[in-house]
Amino acid sequence: MTTTEPIIETDVPPADPNAVQVTINGVPHTARKGQLVIEAAADAGEYIPRFCYHERMTSVGKCRMCLVECDSGRGPAVTVSCMVPVAPDMKIDTQGENTKRMQEGVLELLLANHPLDCPVCDKGGECPLQDQTLSNGPGESRYVEEKRHYEKPIAISDIVYLDRERCILCDRCTRFADEVAGDALIHFSGRGNNTYITTYPDEPFSSYFSGNTVQICPVGALTAKPYRFKARPWDLTQQESTCTTCAVGCRTVVQSSKDELLRYMGVDSDPVNHGWMCDRGRFNFESVKSEQRVLQPMVRNGDSLEPASWSAAFAEAATLILEAKAAGGVESIAVIGGARGTNEDAFAWARLGHEVIGTPNVYSQMGDGLPVGLLGLDRATIDDAAHATTIILLGPDLKEELPVLYLRLREAAEKKRSKIIEFAPKQTGLSRYAWRQIGYEPGTQVSAAQTALADPAIAEQLGKGSVVIVAGRANLAESSAATIAALHTLLAAAPGAKVLPAFRRGNVVGALQVGFRPGKGGLDTRGTLQAAADGKIDCLVLLGADPLTDFPDTDLARRALAGARRIIAIDTFLTKSSSLANVVLAASAYGEKAGTTTNLEGRVSTVARQVTPAGSTRPDWMIATELALELGSDLGYGRVEDVTADIASKVDGFDGVTAEALAADSNGVLAGVPAGIDPINTVEVVVAERNAYDFRLVVSRTLYDEAVGTATSPSIAHLPRGSVLHLHPLDIERVGTTAGTDVKVIGPRSTVIFNTVADESVLRGTAFVPFNNPGPNVGELIDCFAAVNDVRIENL
Amino acid sequence: MTTYPWAPGYIDDGDRPKVVTSRFHLEDSYTLERFLATGGYEGLKSALARTPTAIHDDVKAATVLGRGGAGFPAGTKWGLTPQGVWPRYLVVNGDESEPGTYKDRLLMERDPHQLIEGCLIASYAAGLSQCFLYIRGEMALAQERVATALNEAYAAGYVGKNILGTDFSIDIVLHWGAGAYVVGEETALIESLEGKRGEPRLKPPFFPAAVGLYGRPTIVNNVETLANLPWLMVNGPSAYTAIGTATSPGTRMVAVSGHVQRPGVYEIVNGTTTFRDLLYGDEFCQGIRDGNDLKAFVPGGGSAPWFTPEQLDLPFEGKLVGAAGSMLGSGAIMVMDHTTDIPAAALTLTRFYAHESCGQCTPCREGGTWLERVLARVVDGRGTYADLDQMFEIGESICPGTFPHAASTELGLAAAPFPYKMTTICFVGPSAYAPVHSALTLFRSEFEAKIVERKRIPVTAQAVGAH
Repeated sequence: MTTTEPIIETDVPPADPNAVQVTINGVPHTARKGQLVIEAAADAGEYIPRFCYHERMTSVGKCRMCLVECDSGRGPAVTVSCMVPVAPDMKIDTQGENTKRMQEGVLELLLANHPLDCPVCDKGGECPLQDQTLSNGPGESRYVEEKRHYEKPIAISDIVYLDRERCILCDRCTRFADEVAGDALIHFSGRGNNTYITTYPDEPFSSYFSGNTVQICPVGALTAKPYRFKARPWDLTQQESTCTTCAVGCRTVVQSSKDELLRYMGVDSDPVNHGWMCDRGRFNFESVKSEQRVLQPMVRNGDSLEPASWSAAFAEAATLILEAKAAGGVESIAVIGGARGTNEDAFAWARLGHEVIGTPNVYSQMGDGLPVGLLGLDRATIDDAAHATTIILLGPDLKEELPVLYLRLREAAEKKRSKIIEFAPKQTGLSRYAWRQIGYEPGTQVSAAQTALADPAIAEQLGKGSVVIVAGRANLAESSAATIAALHTLLAAAPGAKVLPAFRRGNVVGALQVGFRPGKGGLDTRGTLQAAADGKIDCLVLLGADPLTDFPDTDLARRALAGARRIIAIDTFLTKSSSLANVVLAASAYGEKAGTTTNLEGRVSTVARQVTPAGSTRPDWMIATELALELGSDLGYGRVEDVTADIASKVDGFDGVTAEALAADSNGVLAGVPAGIDPINTVEVVVAERNAYDFRLVVSRTLYDEAVGTATSPSIAHLPRGSVLHLHPLDIERVGTTAGTDVKVIGPRSTVIFNTVADESVLRGTAFVPFNNPGPNVGELIDCFAAVNDVRIENL
Repeated sequence: MTTYPWAPGYIDDGDRPKVVTSRFHLEDSYTLERFLATGGYEGLKSALARTPTAIHDDVKAATVLGRGGAGFPAGTKWGLTPQGVWPRYLVVNGDESEPGTYKDRLLMERDPHQLIEGCLIASYAAGLSQCFLYIRGEMALAQERVATALNEAYAAGYVGKNILGTDFSIDIVLHWGAGAYVVGEETALIESLEGKRGEPRLKPPFFPAAVGLYGRPTIVNNVETLANLPWLMVNGPSAYTAIGTATSPGTRMVAVSGHVQRPGVYEIVNGTTTFRDLLYGDEFCQGIRDGNDLKAFVPGGGSAPWFTPEQLDLPFEGKLVGAAGSMLGSGAIMVMDHTTDIPAAALTLTRFYAHESCGQCTPCREGGTWLERVLARVVDGRGTYADLDQMFEIGESICPGTFPHAASTELGLAAAPFPYKMTTICFVGPSAYAPVHSALTLFRSEFEAKIVERKRIPVTAQAVGAH
């Protein structure tokens, strides 16, 4: 009897089902199944020239630059490498005579009508058309006919200019606008040789993302106002950085020339921004070089703030703190703000507040987020959200507040990866992509969630796979209680759900996580302002905070700043609030200071110092260190790296966030949640029924508002749409007025006159006003302690 | 000579089998009454009595070739759609706009019910759920006739729910084009139907059979192709293949224009009729006008490479014509006699294609116009020898490698067979080059003559001592 021994092939790995064997220029290469020829070639180190192809958008194969000769067994064929996937045993020739002739031919044709005004073109020096003409072009043009002529350039939006003569009609900008941004406001017009890009007749390309089209334009056809004729690419120096305008934390490069910030470009960070930026983040660097910047410390002398030396200012600040301590104890000192700086700034100030001064009253939110405990819940990353089976939105309009997160989630819905269930008091940018859009009247979130969960289709959907809840403050004219309760209702229905905090301010998550949050018994911002209004605050430190414009309840902010006996402001501008300070310490702005920042998912990435700080301004962490010395304590920081290292060694969850780890990965490092942050608990919600004669107020932020960074950037300063009252058209009728007419909006405290606009995205019975926009101040109507704010609307 | 005032252009002398023009001699052929009186909807009835597979097999057995240009067998095309994907569409390409072609217009004007019947048979056989009939924007009468006929057919129960009492239901939707040649390309037509710019889709996917209208499986058939089906249903595939040859069975409609005695639309026997028969035959064009000599002719629509008298004995057979360096295309023959200014004729065609480029892809958008400009300069007597070579160079950028052309004993040229390679998305770009390439290859001396003329300097200007 014989036995057959099993044959064990130890040195032959199992065949990869996704491997496709091809030959590129005679060299065997293993490509992935479904991979495009252009990508497979790139992996093999062969760059195929291209104009229309963009890895973040659908291939269209229009420019024909990437033509190569491929043989799939039926003889060499002209192949559009950005459209055709690899096939087994395909022979790809990217260098042969035929390929070369085709590419030279296409380039010669592309250049036929191109004006070749490279010496005066902003793109000259970084232009794919220039570069690829040099590497793959024929070297000489035989085109002697007259070129195509168009008016040069035309403004297609407030920021973007189009030169149709330079345009090579690659379809990148139009595809971006349609596919990525969802604002299909530009398209081709005309045909044949007279095809050109245009907008609708009376509608400009007013997309929040228009700057991206300038970045991806492969020629100089699209230019953006802030950079037009400002520099030549070879004069620019640049560093990778992270945008801190909002909490998405888009990866960018910051470019400057002659020590002046000139341009931001998006960097393709796979987990975060995919190369995109919003226009506010891209263009608000202009504020850094604003003439209104505070360039040196100032000390109050009677009614005016007068320039002072740093030593005099520090001495004065220290005196104010010591006086306050003596007068009211450490509880009478509070530090608010800190969300606009780096992790290092927040950490140094947290130490100054908690350790040196000894106060528990340190907080970085401005009454427009959710309690810090939200960060203690099982946190989702942006990628988790964009790949979740179900995305539940229970927060602000992401298009307005966290624009690139909007792009990511929109893509998830458009590519049918995820279904969106939106709860919102007003329709948002994502409403049209939502599978279920559930409007609720402010205060009724819990019942809206319960009703939704009772729908078998929704219950079934939640059971289908991963669930991510994007939670934040949808309405500034309402306390956070109902949202928190609704969040817990949803979490109970989808137990494995993760939460992505939709906190808005640049580094608010970083500030909270590194310790810029209340200690035991400490006050949050609302509590601090109430205490100040009650005369219980002897020294209020505004670390880049401007409660008068930024805090929803204007009346409380006003009373607080009047009630605080001493105010120290650390700021880049003299804002409404900081101009009331006793001492103003001049702070460096973004681009002027190095460090790290943390985005809403907890990803820490680097921020670069690309230009010299304006005037004698200093980064916040340095101010904290100096002030601590003045108060007799040494924080031990000489350089920003010391602070970064200190955070890594002292803060829970940041132990992996070292300089080496950050240098190793441009995408940054995910920090863990510190043990000190307890998951948020549910709360009781008591909301009175709305009186049928009243309107429930909905107030939220818009991308462009009167925030100092926008207001001092000339290119975007005029873009806020204005503080007007949005009512449902039927409600306008009910009030007995017409759109465009002024009406009285009467709250319990105050009456404000607003112009009205008909807006079908507003629910009946509610009234929406954008916050901090030019015009009447809606903050006068908001009581931040009220569960909801109801107003009456009357004709004048 | 047998012509009919109600069918301008149609000539039916001789005793040839008629498959699609059998009612053209009747003035009221477009009415439902006349259609029914002459065997109308009998094909549909016989089709509905059998299984769709049987009908499909008949169409395959009859080798009904597509009459739109590519000559792809309709039965095979129907079979390319993935099974079980629903809905699936039939799109009828009535955007006949190839220069020289005017056969589909007559089919729609004279016998709209025959087309509708063909649509119904095709939809039944290929298991399609809806039919879209796309008619060129400029064809007002065809639009009117088809629309009226469709209303009649709906009212009589031939179209709509439970056709003729069976459980077969289908709707036919009419759509007028907005005037663009490129929409005759099937994927551009689909884009246009979807309400987008009429621009050809990018390949791959190569066929709309898999991903077509609204992303669903779609069969796009030409008007004449579908008009063949009623006759085929009534008479059977063997009767159909008995006409013509095995590879090119049946009849086909050709439209002859240019310098012949009797330009017009003829229904000819496929595969056996030669170009000589057509241009010189008594029942057809009866020779070149005024007894002139034939110089060149375009055998298959404006985008086809040209033939000279040397190719006259080729039959209407796709493979043979392809091997000889051109294509049968849409069946439009344009004839040029010896008085023709060849460069000017080429310019007329090239200008058309350059104008009709959709502008999507670079080689067509830029190359077409460039060709037109250079050629216009040459025709205008301002060209140089370098311009002539330059036109080949531009063509090389549109169609790399050898471009098809006819043989010429006089020039010692062997034929370069069809098809060509192309760097463009669709055939509009190469179509702009085809007339230039043919004219320059076969008649270069005529171009050179224009250049020589330019160099002749008037004697007076040479006056000694003028400067």
